Amino acid sequence: MLKLTKNLILSLGTSLLTLGLVGSASAKVEGDTIVLGAAVSLTGKYTTAGNHTQRGYDLAVNRVNSKGGVTVGGKSYRLKVIYYDDESTPARGAQLAERLIKQDGVKFMLGPYSSGLTKAMAPITEKHKVPMVEGNGASRSLFNKGYRYLFAVLSTSEQYLQEAVNLAAQHAKASGKSPSSVKVAVAVENDPFSLDIRAGVLDDAKRHGMKVVVDDKLPRELSDMSATLTKVKALKPDILVVSGHSKGASLITRQAAAMRVKVPMLAITHCESAKVTDSQKFGNKAEGTLCATQWAPTMTYQDPWFGSAGDYAKDFKAAYGYVPPYQAAESTASVLVWVNALQKANSFDTEKVRDALAATQLQTFYGNVKFDATGKNIAKPMVLRQVQGGKYVVVAPAKWASHKLIHPRP
Amino acid sequence: MDNLLLLVDAPVFSLQLLIDGLLAGAIFALAAYGMALVWGVMNIINITQGEFVILGGFVTLYLSYLGIHPLWGVPVSALALFIVGWGVYRLVIFRIVDRDLFISILATFGISILLQQLMNQVFGADIQNADPELGTLFLFNDDVAIANIKFVALAITIVTGALLMLFLRKSRIGQAIRATAQSARAARLMGINTDRVYATTYALNAALCGATGSLVVMTWVIHPFIGLIYTVRSFMIVVIAGLGNLAGVVVAGLGLGAAENFAGFLLGTEFQAAFVFSLLVIILVWRNYRLGKKRQYLQ
Repeated sequence: MLKLTKNLILSLGTSLLTLGLVGSASAKVEGDTIVLGAAVSLTGKYTTAGNHTQRGYDLAVNRVNSKGGVTVGGKSYRLKVIYYDDESTPARGAQLAERLIKQDGVKFMLGPYSSGLTKAMAPITEKHKVPMVEGNGASRSLFNKGYRYLFAVLSTSEQYLQEAVNLAAQHAKASGKSPSSVKVAVAVENDPFSLDIRAGVLDDAKRHGMKVVVDDKLPRELSDMSATLTKVKALKPDILVVSGHSKGASLITRQAAAMRVKVPMLAITHCESAKVTDSQKFGNKAEGTLCATQWAPTMTYQDPWFGSAGDYAKDFKAAYGYVPPYQAAESTASVLVWVNALQKANSFDTEKVRDALAATQLQTFYGNVKFDATGKNIAKPMVLRQVQGGKYVVVAPAKWASHKLIHPRP
Repeated sequence: MDNLLLLVDAPVFSLQLLIDGLLAGAIFALAAYGMALVWGVMNIINITQGEFVILGGFVTLYLSYLGIHPLWGVPVSALALFIVGWGVYRLVIFRIVDRDLFISILATFGISILLQQLMNQVFGADIQNADPELGTLFLFNDDVAIANIKFVALAITIVTGALLMLFLRKSRIGQAIRATAQSARAARLMGINTDRVYATTYALNAALCGATGSLVVMTWVIHPFIGLIYTVRSFMIVVIAGLGNLAGVVVAGLGLGAAENFAGFLLGTEFQAAFVFSLLVIILVWRNYRLGKKRQYLQ
């Protein structure tokens, strides 16, 4: 008898719980509002980039809402984002993904900042079959796990500096030398993102038959590159590739100048977030440096929400007071991809929306978006900008180049 | 191996690594003075060391924003951190002085997380540096390049070390600190206010870290989450040098800096930290062995 009662209570409890879950699951759309969920880094080491991400999302949401919202089934809906702070730690990000889906009933997710956090959250969204569109996780390890519900609008990280290697090869050819005579030095931080960059660079160096003379992995708590730079001075490579988020960018900019490292071509990532063109911080030490970027305001992409890339940059600056780094632009683009997919699916059924996402073919101010079977965007190239006269100018690929490459760098 | 041959072929680069490493080590040694002091006198392993260093760096950075030369940041950061250190002692540390080591590690670890996040909120997570614009010394056709600020750092470390030694020997509070280190109970019986001694010691440590941070922001870069390496390096230096041995701290600091630089060059920077930690293990094992022998001899 007692056992029966216990069972009864248990089953009653379970069904109530299920009811509760079903109740909150419909919260993906509240009245005339579509709810997106995101964990972003508002504290911790990615705070700066996390803020860019959130501002990118906010700008998109405001713009879409002011332009009539999202039309699904003939009705117009507004967008809203539920944010949590992931404290820049992957474990917290995973918890928050769980919370957004199970407690808040979010069915449409936006990505966090950084590959590491995206990597922590993707298994959760995948488990619950909740699609996630992200613009800040570039590591290729995100796209070889067979995820069905992950879509990335940005170029993957192994492409970041490949163009620089090709540029070095072109330059060797133009000056009558074989590309295989080019000596490559690589110094990247020991994290998934930078190691991908290294893999991309090494692949292309191998393809051209180049010799890799320095291949250093910098520790995460890196604060001094002088050992690596001494090696670079001794071995005199033709191109030096450095990736270590903004810390790596500031260190190489300062120390290469301080130690008079003369390398004809220096290609790095995260110039914008390290503010290497800020003359108060760096003088003109960054002159001639090649910077990989996902996007630049000078590109000629267009969309109906923001207009051109230049218009977007202007609107972002008006709202937040600084020129948008690509981290913000790709976040904005993620929201636009959601809007497009919801309208195309014409439904809030997550499976239908997922299929619409997979079939995305869209031009945004940020670039073209078309996902391959693994969910990464294959329609948008990386761009290489060079610091010339204290300003970033696009030098490669040829289609977007506004200026000629200065070689060797001063 | 190739890298070793490189050094044989062009020995001038080993000179670069040696000088650069020794001078970097001088900066580590400065923070290690403080750790040795707090550890020796209060039996606290201060995990907050690195955050004090970074905080000192930020003080100097903001001073430079006001148009004041960052070198002035060395005394100003030291003073500012002395006050911070005193405050931290009055808030937390005095509660844990006589407790066991584990409690103090936990408490200072907690403070370090708190300070990281506070700095993140107040100063932002950006990478920062303050250029002292002292230029670089170039030797041997530019093959050896040493930032002049590093020589300044060495001078500051040596002068500070000497002053500290003098302070501990001659001043009344210095003598009280040493007495307390020998036996807190006996010191109390002799009428020494050990609470004040502890507060001074802890604040002095923070001041040393502040000066270190000032040099770090001029030499390298800082951001709120990079403090831990300075804690770890201080810890290593103190372990190698032993407590209450300031000269040993300088030597161990310089040695650590040079070892790190050579390891980074020869093995690749990814093994730089691993090499240094292996060195720590070897030194500890060796010392234990020596100690064992000594004990037998005494018996």
